[in-house]
Amino acid sequence: MTAILKHELRTYFHSLTAYIFGAFLLIAVGISAMRYNIDAAVSNFEFVLNFCSLIFAIIVPILTMRVLAEERRQRTDQLLYSLPITTTQVIVGKYLALLTVYLVPLVIISLYPLIFRRFGDVYLLTAYGSLLAFFLMGAALISLGLFISSLTDNQGFAAGIGVAVILFNYYSVSLSEYVSATAMGSVIAMCVLLLLIGAVIKHLTGSEDLGYGFSIVAILILGLVFFFRAESFEGLLPSIMSALSLFDRFVTFVNGSFDLTSIVYYLSVIGLFLFLSVQSLEKRRYN
Amino acid sequence: MIQVEHLTKYYGDFLAVSDLSFEIGEGHVYGFLGPNGAGKSTTMNIMTGCLSATEGHVRIDGFDIFEQPKEAKKHIGYLPEQPPLYLNETPAEYLRFVGEAKGLRGQDLRDQVESVIAQTGIDNVRNRRISALSKGYRQRVGIAQALLGNPEVIILDEPTVGLDPIQIIEIRDLIQDLGRTHTVIFSSHILPEVQTICDRILMIAHGRLVAFDAPENLEKRLLAPNEVTLLAEAGLEDTETILAGVEEIAEVQAEEAEPGRTGAHVTLSCKDAYEGSRAIFLAFAQAGKPLLELSVKRASLEDLFLELTEATGEETGAGPETESEPETPETEEEQP
Repeated sequence: MTAILKHELRTYFHSLTAYIFGAFLLIAVGISAMRYNIDAAVSNFEFVLNFCSLIFAIIVPILTMRVLAEERRQRTDQLLYSLPITTTQVIVGKYLALLTVYLVPLVIISLYPLIFRRFGDVYLLTAYGSLLAFFLMGAALISLGLFISSLTDNQGFAAGIGVAVILFNYYSVSLSEYVSATAMGSVIAMCVLLLLIGAVIKHLTGSEDLGYGFSIVAILILGLVFFFRAESFEGLLPSIMSALSLFDRFVTFVNGSFDLTSIVYYLSVIGLFLFLSVQSLEKRRYN
Repeated sequence: MIQVEHLTKYYGDFLAVSDLSFEIGEGHVYGFLGPNGAGKSTTMNIMTGCLSATEGHVRIDGFDIFEQPKEAKKHIGYLPEQPPLYLNETPAEYLRFVGEAKGLRGQDLRDQVESVIAQTGIDNVRNRRISALSKGYRQRVGIAQALLGNPEVIILDEPTVGLDPIQIIEIRDLIQDLGRTHTVIFSSHILPEVQTICDRILMIAHGRLVAFDAPENLEKRLLAPNEVTLLAEAGLEDTETILAGVEEIAEVQAEEAEPGRTGAHVTLSCKDAYEGSRAIFLAFAQAGKPLLELSVKRASLEDLFLELTEATGEETGAGPETESEPETPETEEEQP
């Protein structure tokens, strides 16, 4: 694992990736800090982080697009498979390298509240609480990017899908106000979602029976529940959409409460996508 | 060293490897021979843990590649068909990474990297980017990578494909060198290559093992055609009369090659081709007609290869299996 970690870090810092990622993040935070803290003379640093969190939609895919897709294209994944290391070690090593690259600009950013403090009252607890949440949110998005990169051998495709998924996640709360809140609408949306999960299962396991089976059984259960308790579906879709939003949970921290459920949520998302990435890598052995 | 038992691999509905079993002992260079699409790469990928098998087992030094992959992989160095190189690194950096991933540390790592660099002759390019290296050098870096960690078995998938003739000879020499200290298995679809550097040949066609033997034995197995061609300084009629007097001859096809010289294609009735050619020589000597050329036709590995692979292609089913079964024990006896 350390071998993978060191190797990845060397690749990032020898190429432009780490610098572009860091530069974008610093510019985004810098511009927001300029606007809020200096021009508008607001002493809340957490607003800055909230304002610039959309930058993740661009920089996370840039960072993660090549991480597994490129291995596959160059056929270097064959080396990883034949080395006496497990796929989990490969994924965790790569993920830790990505986190390190992400931490470098964050360490610089973490100095900002201290600097601003010299000129006025800064709520340090909220600022650093939000910074921790900011880190976890980014870490969760990076694990998502890692997983997307494991699905394809085309970097551009991985980046495109990554941008789309993160943007959707960012706007899902606002979008949830426009989607149908009726029970029927929710059921239809749930069916589509279950079919999608079935497709992912089929892709990962290579077993059509399992994928279709899961979708059919889940939809049948859904239908039964709808038949007997239709009212429980009222407004379900919008609430699911906002519950899944990584960005919406971040706002809680910005508003000044340290929400442990959100921390657990971020950590679970990281765990889930790392697990899926391992499965996706392992699956290629079983094609 | 390596036991492959009843290995079967399906890609969807396509049967790539079918009930393949063989055993490979220590030392020697083994050639894995077969036409394109015969299942060579698939078998090698499975043996090295890069691919799962639908059925069957592979044991490396007693460790099952599927059950105990970590232990098993420590005994194998693998160079896939396309060398798995990070193009924006130098060979030195790359080898360092592979060495670390194979669990080497500190002085041991440095020593091993130095030794494989020396062994594969890439010292003069060690600090150049791999993307700037020629195909021959890339192949060497790939082999160097396989050698790290000093594994007992080196598996090379078509290591000479796409190289120029000089590079091919260099890589062959390197493989022969490695064969003195390691068990080397390499695949190829070029017959002379396998014939010259291998101690044992595994022939595979349509996912089945069709032969497993030493190259000489494989040659012996093929028909032994008992055919002799000759060129004599004599007229057509003279040649025919002389040859008619030799009792070991079954059939003669003679024709005048140029004025005063006659070529003939002779099929012998006796088993030993040299017995026949001796009689022919003496007959011509007695008649006072000089023989300019006399050669006994040998069965080439190529003929055998075509015969065996075509046979498997035609009779899909039980046929090839009966063919391969008697061979396996035969070779086991020969092994030291």
